[in-house]
Amino acid sequence: MSSWEVKTIAQRAAEAMPESVLAGAGYVLLAVGFAAAFMALMGMALIYAERKVAAHFQCRLGPMRVGPHGIFQTVADTIKLLFKEDIVPSQSDKLLHLFAPYLSMMATLLALLVLPMSPVVQIADMNIGVLYVTAVTGFGVLGVLLAGWSSNNKWSLLGAMRAGAQIISYEVSATMALLVVVMFSGSMQLSKIVESQAEGWWIWRAPVIGLVSFVIFLIASLAEISRTPFDLPEGESELTAGFHTEYSGLRFAMFFLAEFINMFIVAGMAATLFLGGWMPFHIGGFDTFNSVMDLLPPGAWFSLKSGLVVFLIMWFRWTFPRLRVDQLMKLEWKILLPIGFVNLFAAAASVVFGWYFFPIR
Amino acid sequence: MSAITVTSLDERIRRSIGADGGASTTQEYFVNMGPQHPSTHGVLRLVLKLDGENVREVIPVLGYIHRGVEKMGEHLSYRQFVHLTDRLDYLSALANNWAVAKAVEKAANIETNERIETIRTIVAELQRIASHQLWWGVFGMDLGAFTPFLYGFRDREKISDILEETIGARLTMNYIQPGGVMFDIHPDFQRKVKEFLTYFRPKLEEYETLLTQNVIVQERMRGVGVLTAEKAVSMGATGPVLRASGVAHDLRRSEPYGVYAKAAFDVPVGRNGDCWDRYWVRIEEIRQSMRIIEQLIDNIPEGKHLVVKPAVRTKVPEGIHYSQVETARGIFGVMLVSDGKDVPYRIHVRTPNFNNLWTVTETAPGWRVADLVTIISSLDIVVPDIDR
Amino acid sequence: MEANELISTVQSLEPAATLRDKVDRPAMSVPKESVPALMRRLRDEPALSFDMLCAHTAIDWHNENRIELVYQLYSTKHRHYLAVFVSLLRDMPVVTSVSDVWRIAEWQEREVYDMFGVLYRSHPDLRRILLDDDWKGFPLRKDYKDEFMLEAPK
Repeated sequence: MSSWEVKTIAQRAAEAMPESVLAGAGYVLLAVGFAAAFMALMGMALIYAERKVAAHFQCRLGPMRVGPHGIFQTVADTIKLLFKEDIVPSQSDKLLHLFAPYLSMMATLLALLVLPMSPVVQIADMNIGVLYVTAVTGFGVLGVLLAGWSSNNKWSLLGAMRAGAQIISYEVSATMALLVVVMFSGSMQLSKIVESQAEGWWIWRAPVIGLVSFVIFLIASLAEISRTPFDLPEGESELTAGFHTEYSGLRFAMFFLAEFINMFIVAGMAATLFLGGWMPFHIGGFDTFNSVMDLLPPGAWFSLKSGLVVFLIMWFRWTFPRLRVDQLMKLEWKILLPIGFVNLFAAAASVVFGWYFFPIR
Repeated sequence: MSAITVTSLDERIRRSIGADGGASTTQEYFVNMGPQHPSTHGVLRLVLKLDGENVREVIPVLGYIHRGVEKMGEHLSYRQFVHLTDRLDYLSALANNWAVAKAVEKAANIETNERIETIRTIVAELQRIASHQLWWGVFGMDLGAFTPFLYGFRDREKISDILEETIGARLTMNYIQPGGVMFDIHPDFQRKVKEFLTYFRPKLEEYETLLTQNVIVQERMRGVGVLTAEKAVSMGATGPVLRASGVAHDLRRSEPYGVYAKAAFDVPVGRNGDCWDRYWVRIEEIRQSMRIIEQLIDNIPEGKHLVVKPAVRTKVPEGIHYSQVETARGIFGVMLVSDGKDVPYRIHVRTPNFNNLWTVTETAPGWRVADLVTIISSLDIVVPDIDR
Repeated sequence: MEANELISTVQSLEPAATLRDKVDRPAMSVPKESVPALMRRLRDEPALSFDMLCAHTAIDWHNENRIELVYQLYSTKHRHYLAVFVSLLRDMPVVTSVSDVWRIAEWQEREVYDMFGVLYRSHPDLRRILLDDDWKGFPLRKDYKDEFMLEAPK
């Protein structure tokens, strides 16, 4: 893989910038355009997938009418949402109410920029990639809080407060799990982390520790993106729709899209950090096996892995009921966090003493 | 006279502000849960006094779909009134019909035969299963799990199909009437019911795997919304809500009507009166209902399905006649006050949900909003039955 | 407890109680003054222990100018029933609330107030329950009329 000359769009933009501002700006536009288009398409695909998965879990067919097997259903729904009236409650804080969905969306978009989907498809490859993702996803809570606050609706406010408490709490555990991988791979740069898994994925290469941190990361991230069983901020049977009760039309669609792309980002991050990202399934030492695995292109590997995690997340959603607020907090502070801490120490020890199933060369 | 003042809802809410003597840790506020809310199962409105997420007080506001059934009943003949009862608790339509039919039969001295009573018992039990299936699905949904809803409806559909074949309706079934049942059972009825029983038994186990054994569900239900036996009785709770609190009061057992006396079945009784017990009692009741049907389905005696001519103007002797049946939600009672005419002088229906809902004011305070949803759902309310 | 035994027990508690006939279960008519005290004793007397108020409603006998309250009592312990009837003047229907004897009475009495205009002394929260707070009249009274009502078909 190292024979490839990989240049991200961000690098190209940085190189082009001193010579021609126009070319640099062109690259930036290209990057944003790509990310936005990807987001829209991915959102639609995920919504379709979610509906189909849900339908099959529930012994029904799901959308079947618009296009073959209803694949254009989400397109139709998107068009419907685009043309719906954008209702702003008269007593709301109008500016914030209009602004909040953009904040939510922006956080998602920013996180999407660094996701290494294949060696050649990564918009920016920062050397602080992991830190950056943690930072910008944490930013998303601001949009939710503002949405709940500005709607001037008590149910929305309750949802927003739940979201605030929940997202901020679970970020601790998620970061703790990320740190384990950072320690193992010795880098925060996402492409480096992927390359460090050429010998084996972190989920099973370090005995138990990798698996534990994968589970913690998955649970904590589910809570961060408010998916079932942690969908308390929306909790439609309790809070009608939580923080986005008062949103309609395009702005509602933005929250909706952000939620689904967040799911993809979580899946992508889990794949990148624990499942080897775009790296094919390699076992250190078995070269023939490894070269067979290389036949599948890296992009396909990434899609497979993140698709698997997405399916897992959907599976949870259509199986589990919702936790209660106090149980949610108990789970984080009394269970996940202590385990995360112990795991972190164990990881540190295993890095120091080199306890790997497949040692780093 | 002057001492008695009639207050209003506004006054009631005003009185509630600061009434708990500083138990609240934050500024308390009021929210309307309903009349349009996903988990009030219709147009029920609860005014909640909240302290953050904690419920301090619940003020139910009823009557959004009050239709004046009792007033209407004063202008309808007895047989016509039967048709109103299945608009009350639409999930126990047959049991409700039965209550009126029983009252009229007792008053007018109509002797039904064994076949009629067996058919009535079987269809009422089938509908009890259907009602509990629907409740189970909705309960799952109120806890945030969507899939049970579809599963519950999938299996309820089978019962709806069976009943539709015989009765001709899927929801408002005017089947049981004074002096018999409207139509004889469909030739396929017995076979299909038996098929359903063999189909549904493994599905019930699936229900248990999907929801009952889920650790989150158990966490959400155990110890939540405890209703002690004493309070349950004093608050007039009946049906599974009462039995979950440990009072084994089931009309099918204590004063058997129909052919319940011939069938062997257990009355499931809870221990703590929390949401978990109410859940368990209903799941167990499904099993018992299946047992009852199993014993009766092969033993439907021959006979007529209607012993009197279906006359609209049945005259009922003067007096007060009372009858009650055990519906899926509790005791449904009908009091007929007759002055000897073919229309009742006054008709009163005692609906289980009206009384069961009242317990929420006792069980919910101190719990969180999410628990309130669980508690309401565990009461299994049907709003038209409350508002009448 | 057998019906006649039940009735004699109630009569020993309240001598003014008379048998109410034309009811298909043990039924007593009692004067309205005795309501809260008698009801409490009906609940507390171990041989009776009527711990559940199944239903509470009223009948408007408007030709006789009285409203008759009905208390349907049940004992979960002894599994027997008793119906207690109380006659009130139609023009001034006032009775003392039994909501401190059975909790459910609070709602059932509110409904009777809502439908018949019976006023309950010392009721904790007397207001309409099914109809709006500003509703005029009491619909289940026989002479109730409003602009929405249709004439009964002859």
